[in-house]
Amino acid sequence: MIEIHGLVKKFGDFAALGPLGLSFGNERILTVIGASGCGKSTLLRLLAGLETPTRGQITLDGERIDGPHRRISVAFQEPRLMPWLSVAANVELAIWDWPAEARRAAVEAVLRKVSLTAFAQALPKQLSGGMAQRVGLARALVGNPRLLLLDEPFSALDPLTRVRMQDHLLEIVGDDGPNVLLITHDIEEAIVLSDRIVVLDGPPARVRRDLRIDLPRPRGRASAAFQEIKELLLADLLPDRIDAAHTVAA
Amino acid sequence: MSELLLNLVRPLGVPWPARGLAARAQAIVRPLIFPALILLVWQGAGSFRLVDPVLLPTPTRVLGALYEMLVSGFLNPHLAISFQRVLLGFAGGVAVAVLVGALTGYSRFWRSIIDPTLHALRTIPGLAWIPMFILWLGIDESSKVVLIAKAAFFPTYLNFMSGIARADRKLIEVGEVYRLRGARLVTRVLLPYSLPFLFVGLRQSMGVAWLVVVAAELMGASSGIGYVLLDGEMTGRAQIVMACMIVFALCGKTTDFILARLAHRVLRWQDTADRE
Repeated sequence: MIEIHGLVKKFGDFAALGPLGLSFGNERILTVIGASGCGKSTLLRLLAGLETPTRGQITLDGERIDGPHRRISVAFQEPRLMPWLSVAANVELAIWDWPAEARRAAVEAVLRKVSLTAFAQALPKQLSGGMAQRVGLARALVGNPRLLLLDEPFSALDPLTRVRMQDHLLEIVGDDGPNVLLITHDIEEAIVLSDRIVVLDGPPARVRRDLRIDLPRPRGRASAAFQEIKELLLADLLPDRIDAAHTVAA
Repeated sequence: MSELLLNLVRPLGVPWPARGLAARAQAIVRPLIFPALILLVWQGAGSFRLVDPVLLPTPTRVLGALYEMLVSGFLNPHLAISFQRVLLGFAGGVAVAVLVGALTGYSRFWRSIIDPTLHALRTIPGLAWIPMFILWLGIDESSKVVLIAKAAFFPTYLNFMSGIARADRKLIEVGEVYRLRGARLVTRVLLPYSLPFLFVGLRQSMGVAWLVVVAAELMGASSGIGYVLLDGEMTGRAQIVMACMIVFALCGKTTDFILARLAHRVLRWQDTADRE
């Protein structure tokens, strides 16, 4: 279980987050959505150990997180590959402290998983955007993390590649993969992928809605249930728009 | 028409299709036209006694003197000792620069302690150090090598330090997420990131090392190209002085070419337009 208790983050006088409490672990993919600047990324950075909380704490299976943790990994919005390293060496970076033989086997296996075996020796400059993002994902997965943090990982991709990557993520995570915390702006992406969606308000970031998604997979975007959830989330994220629509209707 | 279309859709960074032999020959010949013209005017001015050939010997006389010094074997030991001084000074200077640059680039604390003093020392003219180095180290090899090392230190230090200090925060964060800290973060992320900066510094340091070797060889030397140059001046043989200048230019250009090729090889991962 990942548990967040009374988490507060301030940058000087600016309160970016909290107090916030959240606990998850039973669902495979939890998505956090919210307007730009509401504090979503601050939450992700706190979970990744890249920021220190001003108050409160995060625990992973009872162990307090106070910095980068070997069982928590991150795939960022941009692939963030080291341009001087090959694809295989970039992935290997995440498990640099493993024995050499185990490293090689793990890299091979994860590159097979993301269908990039043929590009193991390629340099990042030789990859397309989607391929580079898959390398970023492979690097995040190679160490068998308990919690995988995804910070809008598909936002820079074209719509077709994005849909393909979403399917790919569901395949990779499967039933025995890590718990995933996904940050996104894309409401449809959130509904397609998630078992639970948390809507944040802010700053400072606070939970506005906590919604379990029980739709069967694969999830058709045209279904009435899908559209209903979408409208509900849109109303949370764009309250002015709904008010305006109601005013016109009245 | 098809070639025009091909050119229009050519992705950035992909070389143009191979040009004809004539075009390539033109690219080689064009930069040589201006120096050839200068040499021609210079030769003419000397041959027709428009200038005093004692003060400005003709190119043929200079090249003749150079050829003579090379063929007789006179120049070889001087060339060897100059190379030795430059390479030793360069190696010493850049080795210290890389260590100190890594420290001050990585740590704000050490930068605030060390960097201001180094900048103050940098502003002292190189020639002002000569008496001190002679006093401290005598007039033998060590004072010359240290003078070159001191000059070679700064370009590499400044470039490498700023490369490390300005490293991409996003890549550093990746390192941090995967628990890379201290020396591991430096060697696996910061050092490779700042290699392009380091090579700029190394090429500048090598250039400075060749500039300073002349000053170093004026410090009571009895060997080296700088000594031969000084001897040419003392004995009123301008053709020797100019031949030594050509030797310095060739040595500097050769070492710079080697470093440039090395940089090209090491930095193959860079996603640049590669216009060099």
